[in-house]
Amino acid sequence: MSKTIVIIFVLSCWFLPIKSYAQDDLLDMLESSQKPRTDYTIATFKNTRLVSGHSIETNGKGVLQFMIQHRFGTLNSGWRDLWGLDNSTIRLGFEYGITDHLNIGLGRASFLKTYDGMIKWRFLRQKSGAKNFPFSTTAVSSIYLNTTEWADPERENYFSSRLSYHHALLIARKFGDKISMQLMPTVVHRNLVDGTEDQNTIYALGIGSSVKLTGSLRFNVEYYYLPSNQISSEPLTNSLSLGVDIETGGHVFQLHLTNSKGMTERFLVGNTTGKWTDGDIYFGFNVSRVFNVGKKKKKEKDE
Amino acid sequence: MTQNGVISFFSSTPVEDIEAVNNQVSSILNTENGEIAAVLLMKAFNFEKALMQEHFNEKYVESDKFPKAIFKGQLSDFETLQLSEDSKQVRIVGELTIHGVTNSIEVNGTISQKGSSIELFTEFEVAVADYDIKIPGAVRDNIADTIKVTVKFNLDKV
Repeated sequence: MSKTIVIIFVLSCWFLPIKSYAQDDLLDMLESSQKPRTDYTIATFKNTRLVSGHSIETNGKGVLQFMIQHRFGTLNSGWRDLWGLDNSTIRLGFEYGITDHLNIGLGRASFLKTYDGMIKWRFLRQKSGAKNFPFSTTAVSSIYLNTTEWADPERENYFSSRLSYHHALLIARKFGDKISMQLMPTVVHRNLVDGTEDQNTIYALGIGSSVKLTGSLRFNVEYYYLPSNQISSEPLTNSLSLGVDIETGGHVFQLHLTNSKGMTERFLVGNTTGKWTDGDIYFGFNVSRVFNVGKKKKKEKDE
Repeated sequence: MTQNGVISFFSSTPVEDIEAVNNQVSSILNTENGEIAAVLLMKAFNFEKALMQEHFNEKYVESDKFPKAIFKGQLSDFETLQLSEDSKQVRIVGELTIHGVTNSIEVNGTISQKGSSIELFTEFEVAVADYDIKIPGAVRDNIADTIKVTVKFNLDKV
C-alpha cells in the first residue's frame, strides 16, 4: 500500500510542477509586493474575567456585557446543605465598551451587600508582524461600597468606612494558539480594617493561566499570592481557583471551584480564609452574555 | 495587480444573517495568458459585531493556524477574450485554499477593461464543510451550510 503511495507521489511531483510553476510565480510576486502587516493577538482569554478576577480582555465598542455570578457554600458543608448549594451568594454586573479598549462597569454582590464600579483600560496589545509587542496590558480600578448595616450603630461610624478600592495591572501573553498566561500585580485598599495591626493597603501578586481545549472550551487557573505580613487579625489563605469556560454563541458559562467566598478582587485578596485541603471549596458558576447596543463603526482603520 | 480587492461573504439562515467584508485582498492577473492569483488574510474580514469576528477567527477558520486564503487559477480562453468597456462573461478555473484545505473550483464571472484598469467580478457559493470548518451544534441554526461569496477586483497595470 505504501509503495503505491510513494510511486503516485513521485509521479505527481513530475507532472504538477510544470503546470503550477507559473501560478506559484504569480503568487510569489503578490506576496513580495504586500506591505508588512501587523497581526493583533485575539482571544487571549474567552471572557473579561479569568475565573473571579479580571482578565486583559475588554468588550468591544458599543457592547454591553451582562454577568450573573453565583458562588455557593463550601463542599464540606455536608449533605444537609447539599454540599454548599443551599448557601448561595450572587453578583449581578454590567460592563460596557466605551471604546474597544476602555470599559466601565457596575455591579452588586449579595455578599456583604457590596456595590462596585470599575473602569478598565487596555493600553497595550500583543502583536506580531510589522509592529511587535509581546504582551497585552490592561489596567483595572474598582471602587466598592459596602451597604450592610453598621455592626455597632452607637459608635461613630463614617461613610468612608464603607469604601474600599482595588487597582490591578494585568499583563498577559498568548503562547501559540492554546495557552495564555497572565500576571496580576494587585493593590487593595480598605478604609476600614478588622484589626489595628492590619494594613489598610495590601499588595498581592496574582498569576493565572488559560488553556484552550476546543474552540468552545477552556480550562482556567487563577491564584493570588498575598505576602503574609500585611494582615494579622485572621488566618488568611491565598486564593486559588480552577475554572472551565464553556461558550455557546453569545453566552459564556464559567464553572469553577475556589477557596474564596468573595467574587471580586477586593475579597479574593485579603478576605480568603478557605483551605483547599480542608474542603473549604466553593463551587460557583458565572453566566455572561453580550449584547450589541451601540453601532460599531463600519469601516475599521488598519492600524 | 491590486492590494485592495474586495471579497465579502454572506450567510443567511432564519435565525441570523452574517456578513463580512475584506477590502485588503491582493490579486494579480497575467494579461498575457490569463493566469490569476489572489491572497487574503482571514483576520482582515470585518464583521459588524466584534464577537462574531472573534468567533470566526478563533473558533471556525482558526486564523492563527491558517492565516491566509489563497486562490490560484486561470481565466479560461483568455487569449480569445477581447477586453473592452463592456462586461464580458468569463470562466474562472482554479484551486481555492481555505482553512488549510484545497478544493478545485470553477465559477463564472464578468470582466471588463476601463483604460488601464481591469475590473473582475464573480459570485459563487462555498460549502463550509468542504473546507473542514466545523460548526458546533449550538450554533448550527445560525450559520448556513453554504456561504455566498462575492469578489470584486479593480486590477491596475504594473
